[in-house]
Amino acid sequence: MSLEILAVDDSRTMRDMIKLALLPAGFTVHTADDGVHGIEVLDGLEPDAIITDINMPRMDGFGFIDAVRDQDKYRSTPILVLTTEAAPELKQRARAAGATGWIVKPFDPAKLVKALQMVAG
Amino acid sequence: MSTDNDPMAEIRASFFIECEELLEALQDGLQIIEDGADDAETINIVFRAVHSIKGGAGAFGLEGLVRFAHRYETVLDEVRAGRLDVGPDALKVFFQAADHLSDLVRISREDAPLPTETTTELLGALDAFLGDNAGAEGEPDEDIDFQPMGLSFDLDLDDSGDDAADTELNLDDLPPPPAFDAYDEATAAEMTGGAYEITFIPGPELFDTGNEPALLLRNLQTLGDMTVRCNLFDLPPLTKLVPEIPHIGWTITLTTTVEENEIASIFEFVEGLCTLKISSVDARADDPPSSIADQIPVAALKKPSTDMPETIDPPQAAPPTAPEPTPIAATTNDKPAKQAASAPAKSVVRVDLDRIERLVNLVGELVINQAMLSQSLEKSGLSPHSDAISGLEDFQRLTRDIQDSVMMIRAQPVKSLFQRMSRIVRESSAAVGKDVRLQTVGEATEVDKTVIERLADPLTHMIRNAVDHGLERPDDRIAAGKEPQGKVRLSAAHRSGRVVIEIADDGAGINRARVLQIAIDKGLIPADASLSDTEIDNLLFLPGFSTAAVVSDLSGRGVGMDVVRTAIQALGGRITITSNPGEGTTFSISLPLTLAVLDGMVIEVAGETLVLPLNLVVETLTLKKGDVQMVRPGRNVIEVRSGFVPLFDLGEALGYRPPLEKFDGAVILLIAHEDESCAALVIDNIIDQRQVVIKGLDESFYRAPGIAAATILGDGQIALILDPSDIIAKAGTAVNMPNTVPAQGLSA
Repeated sequence: MSLEILAVDDSRTMRDMIKLALLPAGFTVHTADDGVHGIEVLDGLEPDAIITDINMPRMDGFGFIDAVRDQDKYRSTPILVLTTEAAPELKQRARAAGATGWIVKPFDPAKLVKALQMVAG
Repeated sequence: MSTDNDPMAEIRASFFIECEELLEALQDGLQIIEDGADDAETINIVFRAVHSIKGGAGAFGLEGLVRFAHRYETVLDEVRAGRLDVGPDALKVFFQAADHLSDLVRISREDAPLPTETTTELLGALDAFLGDNAGAEGEPDEDIDFQPMGLSFDLDLDDSGDDAADTELNLDDLPPPPAFDAYDEATAAEMTGGAYEITFIPGPELFDTGNEPALLLRNLQTLGDMTVRCNLFDLPPLTKLVPEIPHIGWTITLTTTVEENEIASIFEFVEGLCTLKISSVDARADDPPSSIADQIPVAALKKPSTDMPETIDPPQAAPPTAPEPTPIAATTNDKPAKQAASAPAKSVVRVDLDRIERLVNLVGELVINQAMLSQSLEKSGLSPHSDAISGLEDFQRLTRDIQDSVMMIRAQPVKSLFQRMSRIVRESSAAVGKDVRLQTVGEATEVDKTVIERLADPLTHMIRNAVDHGLERPDDRIAAGKEPQGKVRLSAAHRSGRVVIEIADDGAGINRARVLQIAIDKGLIPADASLSDTEIDNLLFLPGFSTAAVVSDLSGRGVGMDVVRTAIQALGGRITITSNPGEGTTFSISLPLTLAVLDGMVIEVAGETLVLPLNLVVETLTLKKGDVQMVRPGRNVIEVRSGFVPLFDLGEALGYRPPLEKFDGAVILLIAHEDESCAALVIDNIIDQRQVVIKGLDESFYRAPGIAAATILGDGQIALILDPSDIIAKAGTAVNMPNTVPAQGLSA
């Protein structure tokens, strides 16, 4: 099942890793470098799911999720948060901001694919 | 790109490149904090740099790097959260940690063993800032392998609470869900598969997070045979139905071969947003059957201790060990100015160096080819106004533009190099117990990448020298009426087509009497030599010269200024010293911007075609009778505008022919050095001015004084490129200094 994904992360390495995990699975991957850029890239896209990092310049992950959810069009778009920490309050904050779920870095490519397929159908 | 087809290896390589950028941002940020010009965003940048290094390192299983970065990040997070003030002590440790982090990155890249001792020492210093929280943050799990659920931080959170039992739509009141690694082998069902009954009732906020019950059920279906019953008892009449809120629950019977925790993992993201009960049908045989309506909501993944469905606890503050990241709201208008300034970075394309090298070579060929074309067109006797000639002029302009553009590709700001030097200053000043501040100027100056790389060693040595020999001890400085803190100024600037890098200290200056004495003691110069100040200063460049009375750790490692000078000359550069007693010493390095192409003046000497760097040539003259005056045998000067300039016979200096008897009618090139001193070179003829492609002379060639490199001319002929400073130094000192001075001592 091919999905269209937007991945937002300020680390080039992470963006590359995400692409490396998703492209072989037949996904279409768009990337952005931070929240502000993410909103720009999102314009005109209707991704099946979004992956976002938390710590980013200009607009962090929480702000980004807020901004995405503020647009009616994306109210139910699944958003997975990439986090290096499985700390409950981080997940809670992400969830409060409207995140669908989370992926703990470092992620296993197969699990990332699976998680996306689970939330995006 | 690279021929390497392993994408992981490529990403790994690019991760390390990214690390360099992040480390640079980290250094910059710390510098800004040190200068007292920091704001929240600077702290964020510093934090993110370390955070991103940690994140990437985790992906490649670089455990030691992850471990250190994590602890460093934890302390920085305290700063970010405003719980820790950055005082001078903290800053010192942060700088050291940044240095160590860059070491760890380098060592990880080389897959070398990590220096555990330093790491432990620094971790202790970092933890000291955490006070009682030290270690509470824990360490990343031993298991840094790809395990999305493997990073447990052992946060001892005893936050219990109900799960979505509150009907208010206030998400903030929700207690944090338990960490999803809360279940482990011990609490996982010890059975493999069987029949389960699953009750799933979405809570009111489930849709807000973009979760979709239908998908959850569909995912569940992949686990085995499933029958689903839909519970509509909560469904309001249509008029009251709020579509944003789920109203339907499900009871699912699942026969599967997977374990209970795998079923639970399907609901991982909605845990706390729904009522979920998973029970083994076999186990339920002991329980009285209950209707769905009075089933107690139980989170399947919770520890028994947190399973308190009936109590509604007030929301708890996060424990102090748990960092609360402060998001930068995108909507705030009171952003610090710096943030506004940090516009999105220009988009960057990474290009393999090999490709650029190839391009540089091709451009070189193009320049040569264009020269050949010019030459053959000239010979063809076309009118200067013909289309071919004017077309050729356009072609020349284009060639030059292409060449400049290609050179720009290879150019990099010297900032990264200067940052490395700030570390050298920190380390070397600490080693000799001096208080030193490095000031950098012109970090944005761009120089060819290779030049930057090859400057690192000589600069390191000179910075160490400045700290070790140049600057006085604090008490000596106070005695001399100076501030106790010594200053080293490192600057870069473009000057007439070259780049000039200066290392200046405000120390005691060169002790010329002592330098002279040492040189005499070491037999480098005769005891009765009379030398000018500049000549004495230049003695520092003699091999085997060291002023260090005591060989310290920093210098005197057998690497002297002569090695520095050789390295600079190998880059086509020159190094000069100026020093004022009591005020300090400045080393000035002048380098070509690129190592590939040169604007040259093609000249003829004794039938040989040679190329002289055009930027050295001030003017050309033709000698008339009586212009030349002999100071003493073998030493001639000419008068140029109220000044006398020493005359050098290039043909003789290069050994092409015996010295000229008469200079009448000879062509003179007046050349100027960086230090403003002039010299006049006697040549036979000027052939042309043109760009030449520098072809380095292989190591296997004897490095002849005065010869810098070679080039291929338009007619295919090979010509040597001269470095006249060598010739002048040699000829000059041969006159000034007795012949006991080893000639090669003053020429590389």
